[in-house]
This record gives sequence, structure tokens and C-alpha cells, in this order.
Amino acid sequence: MERFVVGRRSFLAMSAGGMASVAMPNVVRAQEKVVNLYSARHYDTDEALYGDFAKATGIRINRIDGNPDALIERLKAEGSNSPCDVFISIDAGRIEAARAQGLLQAINSEAIVGAVPDNLRDPDGHWFGFSTRARVIMYHKDRVKPGDVASYEDLANPKWKGKVLTRSSTNIYSQSLTGSVLAAHGAEKTEAWCRGLVANFARAPKGGDTDQIRAVAAGEGDLAISNTYYLGKIIRTNKPEDKELIAKIGVIFPNQGDRGTHINISGGGLAAHAKNKENGIKFLEYLVTASAQRYFAAGNDEYPVVANVAAPASVAGFGTFKADKLNARVFARNNAEALKIMDRAGWK
Amino acid sequence: MALAMITVLALFVGLLVLLPILSVASSVFVPASDALDHVLSVVLVDVVANTVVMMIVVAIATAVIGTTTAWLVAMCRFPGRRLFSWLLLLPMAMPGFIIGYAYTDFLMFTGPVQTALRSTFGWSKSDYWFPDVHNVGGVSIMLSLVLYPYVYFIVRAAFLEQSTNAFEVARTLGHGTWSCFFRIALPLARPAIAAGVALALMETLADFGTVQYFGVHTFTTVIYRTWFGMSDKAAAGQLATMLLGFVAMLLLAERAARSRRRFHRAGRKEIPMQLVELRGARAALAMAACGLPVFFGFVLPVAILVNLHVAGGDDLFGGRFVGLAANSLALAVGAGVVVTAVAALVAYALRVARHPRERGLLRLSTLGYALPGTVVAVGILGPLGALDQVINGVAQSLMGAPVGLIVSGSVAALVFAYLVRFLAVATNTLEAGLEKIPVNLDHVARTLGCSPARVLTEVHVPLLWRSSLTALVLVFADVLKELPATLIVRPFNMETLAVRVYQLASDERLAQASTGALTIVALSLLPLIVLTRSMDQRSAS
Repeated sequence: MERFVVGRRSFLAMSAGGMASVAMPNVVRAQEKVVNLYSARHYDTDEALYGDFAKATGIRINRIDGNPDALIERLKAEGSNSPCDVFISIDAGRIEAARAQGLLQAINSEAIVGAVPDNLRDPDGHWFGFSTRARVIMYHKDRVKPGDVASYEDLANPKWKGKVLTRSSTNIYSQSLTGSVLAAHGAEKTEAWCRGLVANFARAPKGGDTDQIRAVAAGEGDLAISNTYYLGKIIRTNKPEDKELIAKIGVIFPNQGDRGTHINISGGGLAAHAKNKENGIKFLEYLVTASAQRYFAAGNDEYPVVANVAAPASVAGFGTFKADKLNARVFARNNAEALKIMDRAGWK
Repeated sequence: MALAMITVLALFVGLLVLLPILSVASSVFVPASDALDHVLSVVLVDVVANTVVMMIVVAIATAVIGTTTAWLVAMCRFPGRRLFSWLLLLPMAMPGFIIGYAYTDFLMFTGPVQTALRSTFGWSKSDYWFPDVHNVGGVSIMLSLVLYPYVYFIVRAAFLEQSTNAFEVARTLGHGTWSCFFRIALPLARPAIAAGVALALMETLADFGTVQYFGVHTFTTVIYRTWFGMSDKAAAGQLATMLLGFVAMLLLAERAARSRRRFHRAGRKEIPMQLVELRGARAALAMAACGLPVFFGFVLPVAILVNLHVAGGDDLFGGRFVGLAANSLALAVGAGVVVTAVAALVAYALRVARHPRERGLLRLSTLGYALPGTVVAVGILGPLGALDQVINGVAQSLMGAPVGLIVSGSVAALVFAYLVRFLAVATNTLEAGLEKIPVNLDHVARTLGCSPARVLTEVHVPLLWRSSLTALVLVFADVLKELPATLIVRPFNMETLAVRVYQLASDERLAQASTGALTIVALSLLPLIVLTRSMDQRSAS
């Protein structure tokens, strides 16, 4: 309803001549308690979470969601006048990029430090992760035995020629994964790995992760690289037409014998020029409470970060795994180099 | 002095609109980085090849489909002609990436067509060949299907306004219908065809959603990768500037080719054009020529989307959608009016401008249409933020306290973003209309003591209302489906249909996104139908 009121107001203002409305949306009444949120997340369940927060604290959430890089540009352009209190992204690299450009401020919150494991937050307190997803290998149970592939490195083995499916290197998940391989092996070996992987592609990269999973089920390839929650979502919605797919697809957590499976976080931090600092911190702390954590789990099939909340049934069935403890700062720094390597290797 | 006023005003607005573009182009002063070297040496050949192929296919396809259908509907009589006159516009309501999603879903390995083939014939992957739409050819076809209406729209208006006299002279000289088409109508419609194709090409160059989903590397994807993947904003700006230079050269070349030819209407059109009667096989052919673009550009993708919607549409469909639609409509109407008004100013200033430098600047200000939306949006954020800094500096010194953001994140900022992005659409349309008004008419009015302002209001405006309406509707449809600028420049909590579609589609929830996409399409229908109706009445009277 809130949204509708704003919509109608701007509608009237615009029909009345438009220009009079210039300052209107920015006016925040001083006595009203708000948190202004710039978010790269846009899951419907997040809205329920915001609603619960407002009910519990009386603090209303104003929100703009969009592409994380564009939000960072907006924060930079607005500078010290920015109304943003909290910045949220769905990729560690982007949150780290915001920190590196001085757009976040450190907070010292016992609630957050106590709840979130060390490797999922910035050592200086600029940001922390509140949910995680793993980038795993999904395989066709009829054509691949779980023991055949044990690591990301195995995907470059020539025996999988024409069998591997993945999305474009333009996508941040591909970049972060390659960034983590780069951290483990260095540039030369990573490029060799990329070349081997590209030689094994079942088709030129296209579509999203879900498209890769469906292509494996349909027999276009045998192995797909995907985030866990995309399969989780298919399992949770459990449509009749997906029954066959769910039965055919298996999940391998790569690199259990060494560095662990590459994971990424949804995370957030307090904006450098936050005007509602206290409310912003309250909101960030709220994200690591059990009830908020359950929203992430149930609504978007992500893994909670706090110890006492269980993973949702949709992804719990994949089993538990050892995660790569590589700090996000590292693969954020590796992004540019990773992309150049992927370009040279012909990963489109 | 009014002449100077109009030119000065137009130049001022032109400069304002040029600011974001300049803020992108200013990157050329930054020394070339490793990232730029990398792009130029590793991926550029591939990217230029893809971009050029796309432009050639889209240019030919939109010109052929748009002009043929415009000619048939404007000049021939065949069953369904009146219906087709507005049906042909419908694909315009379809965002490029949406038609891409729809056809992917339909034609992919796991989609209904291939699944049916496999289960009918018992084939597996290696047993058959099926065309893949996910390549540069596929993208070009998708974009042509939704962009040809720009050509159709503008060229049809041009045909309707062409003088009967020329045709009658030609007929007297023994030329048949087709000869008339190729030797008179087509050459006379050339500015309109060029304007329409230029719009289609600029939109093609700016596209990100479709090429990204199809895995085709173009200038746009490389700009994104350089900027976001390699965090090199300067190199991305330099690539965007190259793209702009390319577009500017193309537009210049087209103008040079037309050089000093003038395309004014000779004589008034008092007698309605005699429609060519098509019968039998010819009528069937005409119906097929008009029906196929409508079927593949609208009917089939809408059917696929409806199917997806039924299978699992948006959970929020209902009351929430009323709010989304209201926001979308308000923005589209408001921006449509503002952009058309500014475009009228710019087009008129272009007509009266004496100095090539003035013309050059005004033309530059319409280049925003060829820039990827996110690049324009970020180009806008910079100057707006700087303006807010100034305002706050003044407020601080006058009142002792900052006032926060005044322009950034306001509805006005968003309308400004649309202005930068879509000024070309409206300006091209209005210019095509203006070109057909003989300059003699201006001279006569001026000789009679009219000020240029009065020439505008009393001579040009009545003659231009159709072009203005056309411009308004084109901008309306564009704003309705615009995404990147809306996403990033909008005020808090302002959601539109396009934003909703993005949220779901970016989360790979295509079925749910279909609901919002269908609503966008539905909202575009009404103005398109009203417009064609009014154009028909006008041409009939």
C-alpha cells in the first residue's frame, strides 16, 4: 500500500506539471524513523523481512534496488549528501568494491561479530555476509558418477569434451569463481584451466544458471556450473514438469579434498555518509537474527550464516560441505585479472 | 530577436542534455589503461564483427519490413488493411530482451518445439539439427522484429503526406504502380526511412539485455565488462566514446549522401490518394507481408508469455500492479510530453540554424539514444550530484545547514534521464515532419511580418501535429519499457512495471516476469491504437 501512495502522489505531481515535484521524494520528515536502503537484492521475501523489521522497531525502510555497480556509482555521485544508510549487494566483490572506494564505514557490533564467522566479514567491520550460496557442479545421474568429478580443475579434463555447460564470463559469478581459482593457482595455471574448460564447453555460454541445469537434464551436456539456490528453487517449487529434472540432477561440492567449494555472500554495510546511523546499525544487526536468517533460507534457498539456523530443506538435501575460506577482498581484487584471462581463453 | 531566442533556448537545452554525454566522453582525457589495451587487442575484432553484422541485418530487415508494410497499408487496398495499420505497430510494445526470453523458452533444447520433435521421432541430441537463435544472427532477428515499427511508423506517415500530383504526373507518363513506388514514393520517403532506420540502429547499439542473454559480445557488453568486471570506468567511457564517434560518423555519412537534396512537399494534397486495389493472389501476398511481422513480432511471443503466465505468473499480480502501472503510466506520459516539447524546440532550431556549429551541437545532443542505458544513467548521476553539492554549499553558507539532495533521486531527474535517452526519437520524428514543409512557407510568413515564433505557432504547429503525436507515442512506448535509467535514477520506493520485470527476470524467474511484460505490452496498446486511428481520420478527411 505504501508504494501505491507514493505512486499516486508522483502521478498527481507529474500531471500537475511535473517540475513542482522536484524535491518531494527526498523530503524525509525528521521525526519519522527510517532506514534508507540501496540494495542489489530484489527477492519478494525480502519485503516480508523489511515489514517484520518495521513492525518490531517502528523503523520504516525506504528502498531503491538495482544493479550493484550502478548503485555504487549513484553513491559516489551523491557524495556526502547521499541519503543512503545501508548498502546491500549479492556479491562479495561488489561490497568490497564499495568499501575500497570509501563508500562504507566500519561499525563495531557485538551482535554481528558474535553471529557471523570470521571469513564472511570484513576484518575491519565495513561489511559482513548475511547469507551464502555455493557455486557447485551439477551432473546428470545417468551419465556421470559422483566420483568422476571432484574439483573445478577436473572440469578442464579433456575426457569431458563437449560436456560442460556454464554461463557467460560477463556474469559476476563466473568472474568470482575464476578469481578464486586465480588465488589458488596463479595466472598461468588459471589460464590453462580456462582454456581446458572452454575446450570442453557443450555450447557457447548463454542464458543463466537455471538454463544450464535444464540443459543437463535435457542431455545437451553432462556437467553444469551453477549456484546452489537455482536448483533449490526448482526443488522447492516442485512443479510436476520438473519432477523428472529433479530426479536426474545430482550435486557435487567441488574441491572437498583441498581448498573447499567456492562460496559467495549476500552482504551489507553502513554507508559512509549515513544520516540515520543508529537505525542503519539496528537494521544490519536485525539481518543476523534467527528470524531474518530464516527468511533468507526459506525465501531464496540460501544458506544462513549463523550457526543455530538450519539450511532450508531445498538445499539441505545436497549435503554439508567444506567451503573455500578465501576472503572476499582477494577475489574482488582478482576480478579484473580473471576477466582478462577468461577473454584470452575464449570464455565468451 | 525571437529567432535568437529560439536558437539560444534550444542551444541551452541542447547543452544541458549534452552534459551527461560529455561526462562520459571526458574519459578520453584519461590515459589509456591496461584494460583498454586488453580489450583492443583481445576482444575487439570479435566485437566489431558482431556489432557490424547486427547493424547490417537490422538496417536491411527494418528498412525492408517497415517500408513494404507502410507502402501496402498506406497505398493499397486489401482485406484487413485498416486492421494491419495498427497491428503492425504492436511489436514496438515488446522490450527486446523479453522477446528474446520468449523465443529462447520456445525454441531451446528443453523448450516445447524441440521436446515435441524428440518425443515424436524418438531423437536424441545428436540425431537432428535445429537452428540456434543464440548467436549474432538470432539477436539481429529478435531486434529487427521489435524495431521495424519505428521505420513503419515514420515512413507510413511520410507516404500519407506525399503529394498526389507527382504520382499523377508519373501515371500520365505511363508508369505503373510499382514503377511509381520505386521511382517516386521511395526516393521521396528516403528521409523518413533514414530516420526510422537510424532509430532502429541506435536502439540496437544501445541494447544490453538481449545480447547479454544470447551470449553475443557487442560494444555494449564489452563496455559493461570493462567497467564492472575490470572496474575501469575510464576505459569503459573511452569505449563508449568510440561507439558514439561511430554513430556520429554514420549519421553524418547519411546526411552527406542526401547532401543538398530537399524533400519538401510540392503543392498541397487536396485529393486523397487513389488506393491501389489488390485482388486474389496479390491481396493474399499483401496480407502475408503484413501478417508475418505481426505474427512473429507480437502474436507468437505474446502467446508464449501468456502460456508462461498461466503456468506460473507473478504472485503479486493484482492490487500491487495497479500501483506499478500508475507509476509507469505517469512517467511515460510526463516524459513523453516533456521530451516531445524539447524535441520540437531542437528540431525547429535545427531548421532555422544558420551556423553549422549550432547544428552540430544540436545533433550531438540527440546521441544519448545510441548509448547503453546504464552508461547514460551514470553520466547523469555525475552532473546531478555536482549540482546538489553546489546547492548544499550555498545552503550551508546562507542558512548554516545543508539541505540534502534536491535534484538527485527526484522525479525530475528521472524525466531528465529520459530526455537524454530519447530526445533522438522525438527529434528525428519531428524533423522528418518539418522537412516536408517547404521553406517557402516560412519565407512567405516572414515576408508577411510574422516573427519566427509566430511562424512556429501558426504555420508549423498545425502542420506538425501529426508528427508531434507520433513522437509522443514513440517516447511513451520507449519510456514504458526503459530499464537501466529508471532503476538507478529513480526516487526511493518508486517501482514501475519494467523494474518489476527486471527483478524477476534477473533472478531467472521468467514465468513470473511474463506477467509484468504482458502488462507493459497491454499499456502500450491503447495509445498506439488511438494514434493510428487519428492518423487515419486525418488522412481520410
